[in-house]
Amino acid sequence: MGLETIFGKSWATSKMEYVINWARKFSFFDYPFVTACCGMEFMSTFASTYDIARFGAEFPRFSPRQADVLFVVGTVNQKLAPVLRMTYEQMVEPKWVLSFGACATSGGFYDNYAVVDGIDKIIPVDVYIPGCPPRPKAVLDALIKLQEHVQREKLIK
Amino acid sequence: MKIMELAGIIKEKFEKSILSSSVFYDNETIVIRKEDVFDVIKFLKDEQSFDFLMDVTAVDYKGYPDRNDETRFEIVYNLFSYKNNKRLIIKTLVDEKDLTVNSITSLYHSADWHEREVYDMFGIKFINHPNLKRILMYDEFVGHPLRKDYPFKKRQPRINLRDVGKNEEEE
Ligand code: SF4
Repeated sequence: MGLETIFGKSWATSKMEYVINWARKFSFFDYPFVTACCGMEFMSTFASTYDIARFGAEFPRFSPRQADVLFVVGTVNQKLAPVLRMTYEQMVEPKWVLSFGACATSGGFYDNYAVVDGIDKIIPVDVYIPGCPPRPKAVLDALIKLQEHVQREKLIK
Repeated sequence: MKIMELAGIIKEKFEKSILSSSVFYDNETIVIRKEDVFDVIKFLKDEQSFDFLMDVTAVDYKGYPDRNDETRFEIVYNLFSYKNNKRLIIKTLVDEKDLTVNSITSLYHSADWHEREVYDMFGIKFINHPNLKRILMYDEFVGHPLRKDYPFKKRQPRINLRDVGKNEEEE
């Protein structure tokens, strides 16, 4: 079972921090907060052609309490802002946020009374994905960036 | 049935209530005095079988050269008859100083949310509406965003984020 079948009686040394971060970055559980048209590209990223499972993030949880990456996909308006905030606060640490598409990042072309100009006014964001909507490759690129970011994190702050 | 016939029937029944009527391609429009809206639509529903209210919306004509404060708002009712496969647009003019119209929720239940939207966006009050409150914007929002004098770039403070999740009974 496990690693000893590969390594036999040999052993390796590493840093605790490195190993924990390595485990975290390849086992993201995402919570999709999908509100608008970007959801289509989100689905295609998850489907077989682009296959986000290659990066260990294929398992969306539909409860924020079980998730550690929040995908904010689409337009967030003022009325929805408190709901997004509450969703974020329900997630347990460690948690990260991906802002998916122009609307979530900056409000996009909705420059009006109803739409929040960027979800970073409400919650902290780790990676922004530009595009209206972003192509699946851009999403995967952002996911890899997030993995790099997670790998660099310090366990003791 | 031609629209002019319909306008004639209404005119017969409700004298002086028709301000004007017009036909533009398929769009048949009758403009009606505000006080008579309820009665005319009731008549159209009961006796002319306009059984489906497709939409209620409003237009703000502030600053139009042929308009003044008394004819600033226009409410548009979009009626459809399944029986005769016929569409009819009823309009009415609303004075800026007296922003009230009779609600037609008791005739069509679909008017409920449409009228709430008109109230939310333009601030026109519907008398006898069962639940007239904002439908799209949040309750703390001040003003009516689709009015022409609502500043284009104006932002309002967000809802207090901490207040959410509180049960309504707790308050
Ligand atoms: S960024 Fe474009 S595609 Fe994405 S939610 Fe906004 S409008 Fe829709």
